[in-house]
Amino acid sequence: MAASILAVDDSASMRQMVSFTLKGAGYDVVEASDGVEALNIARTRSVNLVITDVNMPNMDGISLIRELRALPSYKFTPLLMLTTESSADKKQQGKAAGATGWIVKPFNPEQLLNTVKKVLS
Amino acid sequence: MSIDMAQFHQVFFEESFEGLDVMESGLLNMDPGKADVEEINAIFRAAHSIKGGSGTFGFMNVSDFTHVMETLLDEMRDGRRQVAADAVEVLLQSVDVLREMLTAARDGGSADETRAKTQYAELQRVLADKQAGDTEAEPVKPVSPEMHEVHPVGWKIVFRPHSHLMRTGNDPLRIIRELATLGELTVNCDISELPAFEEFEPEDSYLSWDLRLQESTDKSQIDEIFEWVEDDCDFAIVPVMPEGYDATATVSSPAASAQVEPVAQGKPHLSEVPPPEERRVTDERRSEAERRKAPVAAGGSSSIRVDIHKIDALINMVGELVITQSMLGMLGEDFEMSRVERLREGLTQLERHTRELQESVMQIRMVPISFSFSRFPRLVHDLSSKLNKKIDLKMSGENTEVDKTVIEKIGDPLVHLVRNSLDHGIEKPEERLAAGKPETGTVRLSASHRGGNIVIEIRDDGRGLPRDKILKKAVERGLVKADDNLSDKDIYDLIFQPGFSTAEQVSDVSGRGVGMDVVRRNINELGGAIEIESTPGKGSAIIIRLPLTLAILDGQTIRIGAETYIVPLVSIVESIQIQESMLNTVVGRGETFTLREEYLPVVRMHEVFGIENHDAKRLTDGILVVVEGEGRKCGLFVDDLLGQQQVVIKSLEANYRKVEGLSGATILGDGSVALILDIPGLMRLAKQGGARTRTPLALTA
Repeated sequence: MAASILAVDDSASMRQMVSFTLKGAGYDVVEASDGVEALNIARTRSVNLVITDVNMPNMDGISLIRELRALPSYKFTPLLMLTTESSADKKQQGKAAGATGWIVKPFNPEQLLNTVKKVLS
Repeated sequence: MSIDMAQFHQVFFEESFEGLDVMESGLLNMDPGKADVEEINAIFRAAHSIKGGSGTFGFMNVSDFTHVMETLLDEMRDGRRQVAADAVEVLLQSVDVLREMLTAARDGGSADETRAKTQYAELQRVLADKQAGDTEAEPVKPVSPEMHEVHPVGWKIVFRPHSHLMRTGNDPLRIIRELATLGELTVNCDISELPAFEEFEPEDSYLSWDLRLQESTDKSQIDEIFEWVEDDCDFAIVPVMPEGYDATATVSSPAASAQVEPVAQGKPHLSEVPPPEERRVTDERRSEAERRKAPVAAGGSSSIRVDIHKIDALINMVGELVITQSMLGMLGEDFEMSRVERLREGLTQLERHTRELQESVMQIRMVPISFSFSRFPRLVHDLSSKLNKKIDLKMSGENTEVDKTVIEKIGDPLVHLVRNSLDHGIEKPEERLAAGKPETGTVRLSASHRGGNIVIEIRDDGRGLPRDKILKKAVERGLVKADDNLSDKDIYDLIFQPGFSTAEQVSDVSGRGVGMDVVRRNINELGGAIEIESTPGKGSAIIIRLPLTLAILDGQTIRIGAETYIVPLVSIVESIQIQESMLNTVVGRGETFTLREEYLPVVRMHEVFGIENHDAKRLTDGILVVVEGEGRKCGLFVDDLLGQQQVVIKSLEANYRKVEGLSGATILGDGSVALILDIPGLMRLAKQGGARTRTPLALTA
């Protein structure tokens, strides 16, 4: 069965790009437009990887990661954040919340796939 | 794998423009000095998304520009910077520049680079303004000089995960596998830390590794593999030098250096490493590649965003319709007269579902008028400072839904009308105070549903329309005669005449008076009407009535002889049967009738359309439908009123050709074609002496 990925971003174009790229590579992709929506999805089904944007309304990516990490079924799930912040600050916050790693924006589909392959291997 | 990024561009542009609107309205709402954190956050997020998207989709100029805005907003968000009026102003202008850049990127044009550069410098200036005190700027990391003249032949890596590493979703195995992709890897596992079984925590990591990579890879590649876990483990990367080389080389490892124990081969000196050189290079390479891809085929296809609930409702309706259809199908298979009641029931259901489906479909085209209203706060903000006036804009009914086409076409006329209100209507503060009014003028913009119409009002508490000035000008221009005895309303209506302007001094705000006639024409084209109310010294109001949709019209069917026509319900004032006493004939100007002290012309419809077998020969026999268009009224003389119904508008231009006096056609329940009257056009036609065009008659199906 194809690995499932939850893609979370408030920007529809980024979400589409991520989703299209991953689906093209055979992954099963679920989309959410903010942390609250993502958390609801994550609670009702399990996914193998979460890729989330940081700045989002309602619940940001870092809070989402913290909430997800606290769920028993997401203890070891790779949680990646998409970040444009090149400053170490956001990455540190993310790490502290339990993020596995990050993908720095801007990125292209190939970079995205390489990273995803890496954590899902 | 290659993915064509252009396919995401349209969505990117759409959401970016929406983001710009969010930024603009947010900035306008921002009170200098005290900032609402949520507001700034929303603005920041919009900027952030635009930056992220433009970077990803290859619009580097947009991304660079937004980056500075984002930095500024970020400081405001964190409370590191006061929200100063100056900064807000600069941000507002930057939003404009950004909009230009995005428009240019979308349409494949080129943006005004000088303006962008100036604005960029302006942003930098604001940014530098307060920067002095706090050193938020990222410390420039010392670039460690490349020490080795001799390249290492391999790397010795010590990797000691902290016990919680797996709980970050990372996996030591993954890291080892990745290292193995760089070259031949010898792995030695150290299990000395493994506790006794009863103390063993299954979720912790106890193992560490000694790795040897037989490959002279660049160190940054190894660093990158450890990037995510640098705080979750101790690790050291030590070069293995060719034989005979002095081993006390300088080796660097990112962060966490203190915990790393010295490892073999002398003492590695662990120092800070600059951000991986390599990544920057790939960035450049990629943006280059994307720039080549950039010439966008931003096709002109326009799209519409529809609330998911509307689509759900639609799908639901279609489901109901299918059920009804299958029920009727079953009924039809072996029909007996005894089941006629069931059939009737089914047909009623079908009718109801069709109607509901129609409504749901129409709903899709409906968008809140806030799409059109949203630009006004900015407009009023900018204009009031330009005009040195104090003006409050109050908007209501922004959620009123209107057909998308109406939204698109009503925008410019509304801008024109609001500008007029600001420029001519609202007085200067001194003047207002002298007149005993509050210093700040108010312009109210409202929208509401009334019957089958949308009513948009622009109301100000300014000086009102200058009745005498308008009249004087109109007489000068020969539009009316001085002794024409016009009502106030007639006089106000004069401003809709082509080439009419009363402002003594033409300002660059409301232009040269080319507008009002165009405004009225645009509104008429939408099947709407415009009206003025004005009280000297108290203010004026412009009231626009528009049909809810352009696809369906509420019509009154009328009969002339054997022909059926549709009169748009919005144009009908009333329908009357007249008495002989109400009629008069004016020599050379045709017949008129008196209705409540008003003399209105009679238009004999059968003459206009050349219908011969009409029933009512004398005016008292038939019915006069009093209609209004472009501010004038007249009575249409017809045989009979048939009924009111909603009709679906079919374009005559698309199916036949444009015919004066008709706005379209529709198909009636019995399958025949009925023509829809264009009231203003019909009045013009009647004035020219009628029966010039006899063609429409031939159209009867």
